[in-house]
Amino acid sequence: MEQFVMIFTSTGRLTTSPTPRVCGVVSSGNLEVLVESGDAENSCRIDVSTPAEGFRDIWKAVLNDFVERQPVGGLHVTINDAGATPAVVSLRLDQAIDAFRSERP
Amino acid sequence: MNKPSINTPIWDRERSNCKNRRERGAALANGREVAADDIIRLLETIIEPGDRVCIEGNNQKQADFLAKSLVKTDPALVRDLHLVQSVLALPEHVDLIEQGQVSLIDFSFSGQQAGRLATLVEQGRIKIGAIHTYLELFGRYFVDLTPKVALIAAQMADREGNLYTGPNTEDTPAIVEATAFKNGIVIAQVNEVVDKLPRVDIPADWVDFFVKAPTPHYIEPLFTRDPAQITEIQILMAMIAIKGLYAEYGITSLNHGIGFDTAAIELLLPTYAAELGLKGKICTHWALNPHPTLIPAIEAGFVQSVHSFGSEVGMENYIAARPDIFFVGQDGSMRSNRAFSQAAGHYACDLFIGSTLQIDMGGNSSTATKGRISGFGGAPNMGSDARGRRHASPAWLRAGREGRGSNSMPRGQKLVAQIVETSREHMQPAFVERLDAWDLAESAGMELPPVMIYGEDLTHIITEEGIAHLVRCQNPEEREQAIRGVAGYTQAGLARDKRMVENLRDRGIVQYPQDLGIDKRMATRDLLAARSIRDLVRASGGLYNPPNHFRNW
Repeated sequence: MEQFVMIFTSTGRLTTSPTPRVCGVVSSGNLEVLVESGDAENSCRIDVSTPAEGFRDIWKAVLNDFVERQPVGGLHVTINDAGATPAVVSLRLDQAIDAFRSERP
Repeated sequence: MNKPSINTPIWDRERSNCKNRRERGAALANGREVAADDIIRLLETIIEPGDRVCIEGNNQKQADFLAKSLVKTDPALVRDLHLVQSVLALPEHVDLIEQGQVSLIDFSFSGQQAGRLATLVEQGRIKIGAIHTYLELFGRYFVDLTPKVALIAAQMADREGNLYTGPNTEDTPAIVEATAFKNGIVIAQVNEVVDKLPRVDIPADWVDFFVKAPTPHYIEPLFTRDPAQITEIQILMAMIAIKGLYAEYGITSLNHGIGFDTAAIELLLPTYAAELGLKGKICTHWALNPHPTLIPAIEAGFVQSVHSFGSEVGMENYIAARPDIFFVGQDGSMRSNRAFSQAAGHYACDLFIGSTLQIDMGGNSSTATKGRISGFGGAPNMGSDARGRRHASPAWLRAGREGRGSNSMPRGQKLVAQIVETSREHMQPAFVERLDAWDLAESAGMELPPVMIYGEDLTHIITEEGIAHLVRCQNPEEREQAIRGVAGYTQAGLARDKRMVENLRDRGIVQYPQDLGIDKRMATRDLLAARSIRDLVRASGGLYNPPNHFRNW
């Protein structure tokens, strides 16, 4: 089990939704993503909890691309991983942002 | 008249030897029929030391009773055998080697016995002549590896010894033809002996003996994939394949490899491909086993013809009810033929697409891993350019123009694609700098690393990141970056030259989903034409009868 926090600068911002959104499920090869409003406006905080140890560099690359791709400033993302591949992680993150985006206050 | 001199050549030694064997066997038989209890003695009586023996083992049908009986023969009598067969799939095949009754093997595929085989090779207890592709081995049956004794499997025999091999005819005609016409002995195990066969697949005068096996021969449902296990990533890759490859080239004739990645494509034809207006324009003619996951596409009218290497357990009634699609005899059951379907896949199909375990930066791919000698099967026959092909089609001509340039002699090229998720479970990368095949070749003393598809034949790679049109690359550097450009977060992918990959994207050589107008969010299981085995049964109108372990309702 490995847990870590990564904080990225992101100037892009969503019209944030009032309710936190969850995407995915915690089953083998999958993951659960929680998106909610964060504390700092121009940064995105991502908490990762994963059973696989020693893949910090790959997480960093996957999350870097995610932050570059999506307007995530001011968000707090929590990832509860159950051994998902990077492809699944990227897909779920995008889906979670979409779900968050679609619900307008 | 002169008496024949001592130097007069004798031209029928082999025939005389075969006749002697047949006569020795006849003492144990009633006509051509042998009782199950006498089969071990028959094998000991007929087989001579040093014989080339083929124990029919295809990737589905297995002459399992004859294999088990051969293992029980006296090693003092039955020894120094040279096994020449498609598949070393049964534990008995390897038991025979362990008992020291086999000195040499030539084969194509070893499946579940890959680990034991590698151990025996490393211990020096067995020599491998070569690991072949199916067509290559069948070819050698008619040149320098003709079986002396063939132990085959059929569904039924009549009293004369005519055989009905039915939907799972598979390799039987190729084996029997080589053996029976070159002074060999053919022994068949059958499930039933009947007065009248539904049809004759193998005539009695090509068969020397048959035995009713105590239990029906085993058939592996190798090509059944439960749609419930198809992931969103596989659905995304299938969307990329359909839009970026099938629609792009207008591919009508094709072969799909085994696996969930291609099953996803089959299940997206009636939904995603139909929405794109591709019905009748792609995937009309197939060299393919009767995949249950193709049922919805057939029912939707996508498919015009399917010729099969073998059958698939549970598909018999569905096939029989669709004779316009499948190759069905007047008796109502399908006839498969591995040799012909492999030839069709090689020469008559525009596309081969399959999955693999590893791809290197030259585009070579392999399923070999250290400690497992798994062999090739048929993929290399279909996953290689058919240089002898002379008939044109739009897809083949276009690939040829892209791959060979415009200033050479006009010529087409086979489309050969690999579809893989960049990382498998436990983060095993599909993209590597060096194939494990090199280590295997070294440890097993092979002359060549066992490569399934050579880079020079590979035209496309599809991953969840996108599609690489390798056929459009101008030089090896571009190819390498195109491969890295779809290799995701593997080390090989992270080592890409980002600027060069962007250049390849601008030129349409690397395409990501957004470049193809694919919305990744649409990649959900809602897009599958069937989401479970039960859905497949329903789509077939109740004609598909899945094996019990695929039933969960």
